[in-house]
Parts: sequence; C-alpha cells; structure tokens
Amino acid sequence: MSRNYDIEKVLVIGSGPIVIGQAAEFDYAGTQACRSLKEEGITVVLVNSNPATIMTDKDIADMVYIEPLTLSVLERIIKKEKPDSILPTLGGQAGLNLAMELAESGFLRKHDVQLIGTTPETIKKAEDRLEFKKTMEKIKEPVAASQVVENVEDGIAFAKEIGYPIVLRPAYTLGGSGGGIAENEEELVEILANGLRLSRVGQVLVERCIAGWKEIEYEVMRDSAGNCITVCNMENLDPVGVHTGDSIVVAPSQTLGDKEYQMLRTSALHIIDELKITGGCNVQFALHPTSFEYCVIEVNPRVSRSSALASKATGYPIAKVAAKIALGYTLDEIKNAITKKTYASFEPALDYCVVKIPRLPFDKFISAKRTLTTQMKATGEVMSICTNFEGALMKAIRSLEQHVDSLLSYDFSRLTDNELEKALHRVDDRRIFVIAEALRRGISYEMIHEITKIDIWFLDKIAVLVELEQRLKNEPLTKELLEEAKRLEFPDSVIAKLTNQTEKEIKVQREQYQIRAAFKMVDTCAAEFAAETPYYYSCFGSETEVQVEKGKKKVLVLGSGPIRIGQGIEFDYCSVHSTWAFRQEGYETIIINNNPETVSTDFDIADKLYFEPLTPEDVENIVEVEHPDGAVVQFGGQTAIKLTESLMKMGVPILGTKAEDVDAAEDRERFDRILEECQIPRPAGHTVFTCGEAIRAANDLGYPVLVRPSYVLGGQGMRIAINDEDIHEFIGIINRIAQEHPILVDKYLAGKEIEVDAVCDGTDILIPGIMEHIERAGIHSGDSISVYPAQNISKTAIKTIEEYTKKLAMALHVKGMINIQFIVCQDQVYVIEVNPRSSRTVPYISKVTGIPIVKLATKVIIGSTIQGLGYQPGLQKNADYIAIKMPVFSFEKLRGADINLGPEMKSTGECLGIAKQFNEALYKAFLGAGINLPKHKKMVLTVNDEEKEEAVSVGKRFEALGYTIYATLGTAECLKKHGVHAVKINKLEQESPNLMDLIYSHELDLVIDIPAQGYERSKDGFLIRRHAIETGVNVITALDTAYALLTSLENSENRTLTPVDIAAI
Amino acid sequence: MKAFLILEDGTVFSGTSIGSTREVISEIVFNTSMTGYLEILTDPSYAGQAVVMTYPLIGNYGICYKDMESKTLWPDGYIVRELSRIPSNFRSEDNIQTILEKHQIPGICGIDTRALTKILREKGTMNGMITTNENYCFEEVKEKIKTYTCKDVVKKVTCKEKTLLECKGLRVALLDFGAKENIVRSLTKRRCEVIIYPAETKAEEIFAANPDGIMLSNGPGDPKECVSIIKEIKKLYDSDIPIFAICLGHQLMALATGADTHKMKYGHRGGNHPVQDLRTGRVYISSQNHGYVVNKDTIDPNIAEPSFINVNDKTNEGLRYLGKDIFTVQFHPEACPGPQDTAFLFDRFVNMMVVSHLDKGGTIRCPEIMI
Repeated sequence: MSRNYDIEKVLVIGSGPIVIGQAAEFDYAGTQACRSLKEEGITVVLVNSNPATIMTDKDIADMVYIEPLTLSVLERIIKKEKPDSILPTLGGQAGLNLAMELAESGFLRKHDVQLIGTTPETIKKAEDRLEFKKTMEKIKEPVAASQVVENVEDGIAFAKEIGYPIVLRPAYTLGGSGGGIAENEEELVEILANGLRLSRVGQVLVERCIAGWKEIEYEVMRDSAGNCITVCNMENLDPVGVHTGDSIVVAPSQTLGDKEYQMLRTSALHIIDELKITGGCNVQFALHPTSFEYCVIEVNPRVSRSSALASKATGYPIAKVAAKIALGYTLDEIKNAITKKTYASFEPALDYCVVKIPRLPFDKFISAKRTLTTQMKATGEVMSICTNFEGALMKAIRSLEQHVDSLLSYDFSRLTDNELEKALHRVDDRRIFVIAEALRRGISYEMIHEITKIDIWFLDKIAVLVELEQRLKNEPLTKELLEEAKRLEFPDSVIAKLTNQTEKEIKVQREQYQIRAAFKMVDTCAAEFAAETPYYYSCFGSETEVQVEKGKKKVLVLGSGPIRIGQGIEFDYCSVHSTWAFRQEGYETIIINNNPETVSTDFDIADKLYFEPLTPEDVENIVEVEHPDGAVVQFGGQTAIKLTESLMKMGVPILGTKAEDVDAAEDRERFDRILEECQIPRPAGHTVFTCGEAIRAANDLGYPVLVRPSYVLGGQGMRIAINDEDIHEFIGIINRIAQEHPILVDKYLAGKEIEVDAVCDGTDILIPGIMEHIERAGIHSGDSISVYPAQNISKTAIKTIEEYTKKLAMALHVKGMINIQFIVCQDQVYVIEVNPRSSRTVPYISKVTGIPIVKLATKVIIGSTIQGLGYQPGLQKNADYIAIKMPVFSFEKLRGADINLGPEMKSTGECLGIAKQFNEALYKAFLGAGINLPKHKKMVLTVNDEEKEEAVSVGKRFEALGYTIYATLGTAECLKKHGVHAVKINKLEQESPNLMDLIYSHELDLVIDIPAQGYERSKDGFLIRRHAIETGVNVITALDTAYALLTSLENSENRTLTPVDIAAI
Repeated sequence: MKAFLILEDGTVFSGTSIGSTREVISEIVFNTSMTGYLEILTDPSYAGQAVVMTYPLIGNYGICYKDMESKTLWPDGYIVRELSRIPSNFRSEDNIQTILEKHQIPGICGIDTRALTKILREKGTMNGMITTNENYCFEEVKEKIKTYTCKDVVKKVTCKEKTLLECKGLRVALLDFGAKENIVRSLTKRRCEVIIYPAETKAEEIFAANPDGIMLSNGPGDPKECVSIIKEIKKLYDSDIPIFAICLGHQLMALATGADTHKMKYGHRGGNHPVQDLRTGRVYISSQNHGYVVNKDTIDPNIAEPSFINVNDKTNEGLRYLGKDIFTVQFHPEACPGPQDTAFLFDRFVNMMVVSHLDKGGTIRCPEIMI
C-alpha cells in the first residue's frame, strides 16, 4: 500500500481551548501532523477555536479558521472549503466527537467527504463503553467486570452485585470528568448522578475496582496494511486509582519482566488490530501486582497526552507518522525522522529512563481538594530524562517550578509517626515527599507498600535518595560522595544545604574533581544506529556526545516549562516563533525546555533541543558546553525571565531588553522614578515588606486597594482588599509562598482596562493594536474577555496610550517586546503594569492583525529596525475584523476550587470569536467557550449590596429575553422595586425548596452571582457557585461579563455565522 | 571491587566488578532489549561472547528460574550500567547478583554503556577483556585480546544425548545447536512430540526416528565452523521431511545448499527489529540475536528464495526452499525475550507437517492439532 493520491485537501479539527484533560499536547500533535501533511503537498484546512496555538498559524495550515468547534460551524466550513477528507484524530476527544456527529448525521456522505485515520466504527468501538466491552469480550481481552448504566438505580443494583469499592467512568468525557471511586452507596449516588449529567450520552460505566493494581500503558501504531508496532510502554508509579494524567509516569516500564511486558504488548497489538485503527492508539492496562491477571482499562483511538509523552520519551514522532498513515503510507515506507536510516516500522529502544510528573494547580486553588482520583486535575506536566530513575525523578521535581528541588522540599518532619501514617493514606500531589519522610524514619518498605500499593522497586529508589541525603548530612564530602550525589542529580544548591556549604563552594569542588554534566542523545535506537537529530539530556559520569558547531552565531531560547494557570501555551507559541525567526536570520538555535506536551520540544523545531530543567545550574551546564552568543528570555514567560540574572553571571549576553531594564519595570521605586520622568500617572501605591506597613499604606491610599507580590505572573497572590482584616489575610497567604521580593499595595481604580503589546527597536515602536477588557479592572487580564480593537475609549485616550507606550518603551530601553496594561478612568489614562517581555495576548493579536509580532521582535533584537522590516512605526491601522478573546475555565475538574473571578488568574485556556461585526464576534466567543444559550430560559441572580442597583438593568434585559429570574430576598426586592419580576428563592441554609433544589432541577441556564469585593467570607456564595459548576450550569461572577452575554444573546436570533479564514488576513 | 573493560582498540572503561572476579577475554556484543535479561543470559547463542546491555537499569524484576532459556548462563561476561540493588516482582526467586556469582560469570557495572555501544557500532564488534587487576598493562594483554576467537562453541552448548519429550502429536526432531527452551515449549504447546538431538547427530539416526518434521535450532558462533554438521544438514535437505530452521539453523541450511554467510559489522541483537514478509508485505517486529548473516547475493534462485528481509538494513531474514517443505528464518519466532509477533511460524510449521504427513498416507494421531 502506498500514498493515496485521491487525498488532496484535508480538514484537520483541533481540540479547542485548553482545559484540564485536554491541553497543549494537541497543539503539539496537530502542528506536527499538519506539517507532515503539507510535506506531502496536501492542502490543509484547520479549524480550532484556540488562538494561542501554533497550529492555528498560517505557517502551519493553508486555511485557518479560529472558530467555535460546533457542528454547524464545521458544516459551514466544509461547504465553503470542500475538503475531500477529514482527519479527526488530532483534536482529542472534542475532535473525535465532532467527527462522529458529522458522520452520523450523513453530512459527510452527502458532501462526499471521507474520514481518514479512523472510521466511525472504530471510534464507536473504542469510545462507547458498551461497544468497547463487547469488542474486548469478542477477542477475549479481559476488562474489569462492569456495566453501563443510564440511571442511578441500576448503578446501585450492579454495585450490590460486584461489591464496593466501585469505579465510575462517564462515557465521552474529558480527563475522567465526573468519574471517581465510590466506597459506599452514598458516594456512589453522588458521583454517579454527576457523571450521568456530564456524559454526552448520559451513560456511566460502573466497574469493579481494580485500584492498587499496576497501571501500564502502551502506545501502539497500526497502518492500513495491518502492520502494528508499539512505540513505548509506560508504567505509572501511582497504581490504578489515580488518573494517568495526574500520575508520576516512568518509561519504559521498570517492574515488568519480559513475560509480562510481552503479554501486554501482544494484547495491545491484538486490540489495535481488532479496532482496525490506522494511526496511533493508546491502550491502558491494569496489571495485578502478584499474578499475570490483567484488565484493559481504556483505549484512546487517537493521539493523546500519553502519545505526546511517548513521542518525547522515545523520539518517535507519533503524530507525524499517524498523519502519513492516514494518507495511505505503510510503516515500512515511512523513514524514521530521527535516525534517517531506519523506518517507522521499528520499535524504539530506550537506553535511559524517563519520568513525567504532573503540574497540579493547587498553588492557585488553595481551597481545592488536593486528593488525586480518576478525575484529572493537572494543568500540565514536566518530563525529564536520565540514565537512572533517581536522577530522572530529581530532575523532574525541580522542573516543576513549584519551589521544590528535592524530596526534602515539603517538610513533614513535624508530623508524629501516627500522623505520618495517616498522611501516607492520602493520595495527593505530595505523596512521594511523605514517603521520603517515612523512609527517613525507617518505616518499612512493606508497610509503605501496604498503604500506598506503590511498587517496592520505586520505594527503594526513593530510599536511595533519602540515604544519600543522610550521607551528605553526616559524611565528609569526598569526591566519591559528590560524584554519587551528582549521578543521582542532586542540585548543587541542595548539596550545599545538606553539607552546610555554599553553592559556590560545591561548584568549586565539582570543578576541582572534574564532575561535569554530560549530554547524551535521544535517538530512538539505544545507539544502535547513528542518529542525526540532536535531542539531548544530561547525566553525570558519562561522556558527552554533543557536537558543538563553530562558525554560526548561536542563540539560546529558553522555554516556559510546564503549562500552568497564568503561563500557558501562548509562551510556547512565542518561543517557537522566535526560534524560527532566529533560524531565518542564520543563527544556530538551541531550545531548553522540559514540557513534553509542547511544540517547542519537538525534535525539529530548533537546531538543538536540550530536554532539561530550567534552573540556573541546569542551564549553566548547557552554557558550558555550547557557549552561546546570547540568550533570549523575553518569550519564555516568567520562567525564562527569572533566569536572566543567572545567565548574565554566566557571561551569556541577554539579547534584547537588558536585564537591568527588566528589573526596572518590576522594581517599584525605579519604576516610579521612570513614570515620574515620563510624566505618566499610575494609581497611587506603596512598596511594603510587612503587614503593618501594608495596613498603613492601605489606609493612606484609602480602600479598596490591590495587594500583590512583585515578580509573579498570572496575578498569583493578588487580591483586592476592602479593609484591614483582608490585608491581614492576604499578607499571610503571600508569605506562605517564599517571598524574597517586596509586596505592592496600590489604590484600586475601577476603570476600563486596556492592554497593549508593542515591539520597540530603540527608536520606533510598533503597536499592532489596542485591546480592551470587557470586565472592569480588578479581574485578572487573563480571565477577562478581551476585545480588539478597543471599542469604548476616546480618540484622545488612544493617542495618550500610544504616546505612553512609546515613552515607556524608550525609558526602559526596550529592544523587542513590551506589554503594558492601562486603566482608563474618566478619560484619564493610568499605567498599572509594564512587562518588558512577550505576553499572553501576542498570539491572538498576531493572528487577527496579520502582523507576525514575535518574528518582528526577534529580528529587532538581532538589529533590524521596524522601518527596515517594512512597517510604519506607531499604532497600526485597525484590522477589518473584531476579535474577542474569551477565557475558558476548568472549574468542574477541581472540586472545592472557588470560581469567583478576581485579580488572581484562574482560567486554563481561551478561545476566539472573530467577525466583521462586534456582536457576531462576541457570540462566536461565547459559543467557542461552550456557552450556548438559551436552553431553559431560567436563571439565578444574586448580587452584593453595592451593585444591586446595577443589577437591575441586567435583570431587565434577561426578562426581556423571556428569562425567569430567581433571586434571593435582597436582590429580588431590589428587582421588584424597579419593576423586574423575580421569583424569590430561599437561601441555602433556609428551608427547602431553596437555591440548591433549584440548581439540581437541571433547568437552569445560568447563575449570575456577584460577590462583594474583598475577601469573600460568605460560604453561601461559594457553595452556590460550586454546585452550579458541578451540575454543568454556566456561572458568571462579574456584571460586565453578564452585560456582554446579554449583548450576545440579544443579537443571536437568526444568526448565520460567517467563518473567517485568518490565513487570508 | 574495581573492574576494567579493556577493548582491543585500547579503550578502557572502569567500573565495579559484579559476579565473578576472574579475568576473561571475549567478543563484546551489545543487546538493545529493555526486558528479558535472564532470557539473554541463558541463551546459548551468547556462548563465547560478553554481552553489553544498552538498557541501563538491569535486575529490576529479579530472577524467575522458570524464565531460563537453557539450564545455565552462557555469556563469558556481562556488562551493564546499573544493577538494581533489590529485585521487585511477584515471581522473583533470586537476584541477578547472586546468579552471576553462582555461575561464575565475571561482569562489570557502572560504566557508560552507551559510549561503549557507540564504539562497537562505529568500529564493529571487537574483543575485550574484563579484569579486576588494577595494574593491567594494555601492551601486554593486547595480543591476547586481539587473537581471541571462540572455537567449537556449538559443541560446548549442545546437549550430550538425545531427549524424548513424549506426546501424541506430530513428531519433531530438534537438532540442538544451542536451542532456546522456548523453541521446545512452542512445539510442545502445539502438541508435538519433540526429540532433542545433539548437534553432531547423523542424519540417518534422525531418519530412523521417522519424524514428521525437523527443527534446526539457533546457536552460537560462526556457522562455517560447523563443517560436519552442514554435511548432515545437506542430507536432511535431500529428504522430503519438512524442516523449519531458526538463526544458526537457518545459516547452516543456507551453507548446506551452496549459499554463503558473512560476519556483520555489529550484528542484530535486541527485540525491536522489523522484518518484512516478502510475500504479503507485512512487517513484524522480531527478536534477534545474530552476528552472522546469509549473504543474499549468494542465494541460488533455483534452490531458495528470500521470504523475509530486515526493513532497516535489507539483510536476509528468511528463506523458502523451492520444491521443498523447508523454510528458515534468521530471527527468533520463539521470542523470549522479545515480541511474540512471529509465533505463527510455528503454526505454519505444524501445518506443513500435517499436510506432508497426510500426503504420505499417514493419519493424525491427535486431531486437535489441525489448525
């Protein structure tokens, strides 16, 4: 079989906004696949509502639609573009579901479009619980005893039959959404009811609990000729019970003998063959720890988070190969792009150990339950590679950027033995640290294993690390001991702490003993063949294989690490574009990053890829080998910015804006001086260090005030305080996160928030556009709806903004990117924040204006001028389109997290609405975010006292739309007074029927709950919002968002959406 | 204790001694399998060689004696990056440290196995010495290392007398050149009666047992050394008994019928080699362990045609003998360690025997083996 030349134009469906369970891995897979298709001369039409992705760039596809991923939008695009095929296996679950709907409705047949890479039958067999079970039974592959139920009663009955504990898995949901383990009937009812509601088809699988078994995954590929291979197998350190996305995962498996390994491998191939998958597939197994019994847990007939991990762990480009297979190629016809000698029909052999650790968002959601279950909670992950497991684990820990650098980083030493034992029972993100403490106390492997079910082999490895801690503490630091510590990847800083020396002293001893990091290659074949792709990891006690090129100028591009709230995929977009621009200018490019989900860590983005933690020591190891001519930090978010000082100490020139100028923007006093010099006003504010100082500052400024730590991204720790009590609480929270930097207290201004990204070459600036936030100041810019171009500010204000931007860029000597946030309050423009680096809005503004901002900024950094690059300086003419960026949240995945929006960012992703008209763009943006109203035309409105009057107009407009409004006493009376009919409803603590009953009636479209500013102490509001979110009801916590939604709804009747190809902009 | 691996090109790796501390000179080869270390250690094809494991973490799941592919350990030496200090698996009965000591196999751990593998890949398989003598002098041992060859290894590994594994099914004569246990298991699982013969058994003796089929096993060393065995194999070829041969057996059959073999630069050893069935185009992942290969240009097209090739380097991986019930493969369908994808070849062999048996007017004693 070979390439099918009937395929000429392919529609690729992306996965939409980043949410927990569906993240950057699909940008990576999608981008790789699109490039693979284009390589074959295919015309690629892309649909994805996520503007922050690389895949939605005109460099990646021929036609790019950043449109809501709904059936009708896809149908319109298909009618317009007339593709001959759809490749649906790259857009995660969302993409598959849409493809299924298109196929089932007969639309595809009617328009003569075929699905490639999969078939509706395959999707159904793998995704539909019942079909899947039947298929497995047919080929005699064991699955856990289970039954699909469509109501709670059947679930209870089946549970009685097979006994508790019971696992619940809703069909067609993301990240195990709504799933969980029930220990008893009460828990079963709660989880099952929730799961039934969340499942697209109203089905939940009730299953025998196999928690505690080993969880093993295989990534397999199959082509249309039936050739099958496995790319990689992986073992979860956390046994079955924790979602694989939240587990520590190691590749290859470590505790399986060849008999077990081959048994599961054969089973995986058997399954993929039966499902007739053409492309990649992920098979998850539960393996009984003391027998050969196993169960197939799940099959994902598409690329997935695990396939991204497997690709990065082995070097085997699964998405690329899957795309080629979809075109008809067979595995033996596709060259292995890493070795260029072998073929894709070859199983990677690893000669190293890979560890992945999830990045969990509990630092953002302090109230959220830290417990890890079958419902995924991680927003991202890090991966590390080393020649031993201990080293890989240590490297992964410090890659997390959560103030952890060893197994000592969470201190459990104050727990009593009893408390510690209890802590071992808790399955959360700190479990390995608890285990380390248990091992320090001499608690036996058997006992820890008994409680955690974690394999003894892993416990022993943690013990190896713990023992070395002790040796470092108690023994003289000999050459041998230092070598061993480095072999196990103890960072110098930790060795220094344990040996009571300074980091510098450790470094000196390392130099004296010649203990240096070596760099090894990831080559898919354990060195059996010479590889040509330079993809490296470090280890100690080995020889370096890096070939250092001389001649070309060399630049280090620092990536942005794991995806987390506040630092998402957009920084990967920027890093990748900057890398490409450097390469275009003849530079040798080197990327350092540790995120397996991203495009930047694909093997062919930079000339060299170092898969390493982004700490000063790890970066220095690379610098000592490569001696780059410069490093660029302004594209990698705060992760890269934080490395600026260290890079300078290493003698690496920072390309673009100088470090001291970056510092000037962050250092309050220096920044104030600059503002004064430029005569630019900012809200009054003070820099403080203690709580007392903060309270004095707040009273001096007058409440409300904004309190925040300096040097953070995503508004972490930022709060609005309305009284002294609030300040007390906030300073406490801020100080919990080790804070070396001062705390800022600013007067809070409730004006229009404006955001600007600009490029400055030292003489001129270029502003692609001005963005306006729908929500007034006080809600983090990442959580605000952002409109380009700004709609509601005067020409004079725009002129002032342009002028201030230029003045600030000049004063800070910016070379490259700058991002500024302003507040326009009564036509007065104030500066609230300046970041001399790339920002979250860069990808979106680049796409809608057609101005390649990162490329321009990179070229400016190298020495080009804005005019030399063919651009008129200053604010650019408005584009022909209105583009609205809508934040997307993952609250339903995080039990206990407060969804109330404020100055601290909470959204995980974003989508775009783009159209000629504002109303259409807004409608698209809401639709893209999954807010598709009206349905039942019932809503709840509760508003704090200060804003009750304002709420009246909201009520009026919803009433005009035919909505029934339910409100609690205060709001209801206020509405009535102004002639809005409202149904009064009891508060939570009041007698039934109350708000809770209403929420559980499943007939609400919307809850608008506007809490008071400041630290909200009402438990009521929190509970209402949580329950609403968990029952799938849309919740709005800001009046401005409500207005926007109203505008969208009022204009949505009889709307036909016009898709916009942004590649044509 | 310190140990050193001294290669014939003068490269020295220093690490820690494992297993026996005795000095050994051997041919150094690498294996890329990530699991199956015990199967590799007990594979007789490694006789006369010291094995480097490219996977760095060895011994994780301990030792389960049932997984042994022969009665003892065969390599002259064992070279690894790291040995797990504890084994962890429900089947584990022992750990690798003890078993190496028990069988007096010298080894070295803690060395950069990837750097070593790269040398072997670039310069080809070469000899080396594992020693715990810190005062070694390369100039003194250089010649000794260089001139080492493994002689008569088949004789060393083959069984001393024939063994009968009774069963009601078809009768297979298995010529043991260093057969892995799983060849026998694969046959008995298919209800075959297996008679295992020493390598030097005369063809006539085999004919006398009236077997339904003959299996030529895998084994160590240079196939051309087996001059007398090749002569006997020619006689087997001339008979009309179905024959299935693996690895060394495949090479010997090729030599017996006029083709030639040669030593490869560094061979194929691992569990991830793609082989393509030339008739169907299907690709299978196979387990491999060979340093010699049948030279494809020397195959007489009137005698045999290639049935499998290696997708990576296009070397010959199997032959089908024209006008004969004979097929041979270079790779290991018996796996252990490695993928089980080509286990169907045993079914093919059984089918072939059934058809041949019926053609000759025989009846099947055990009908359930009909596939």
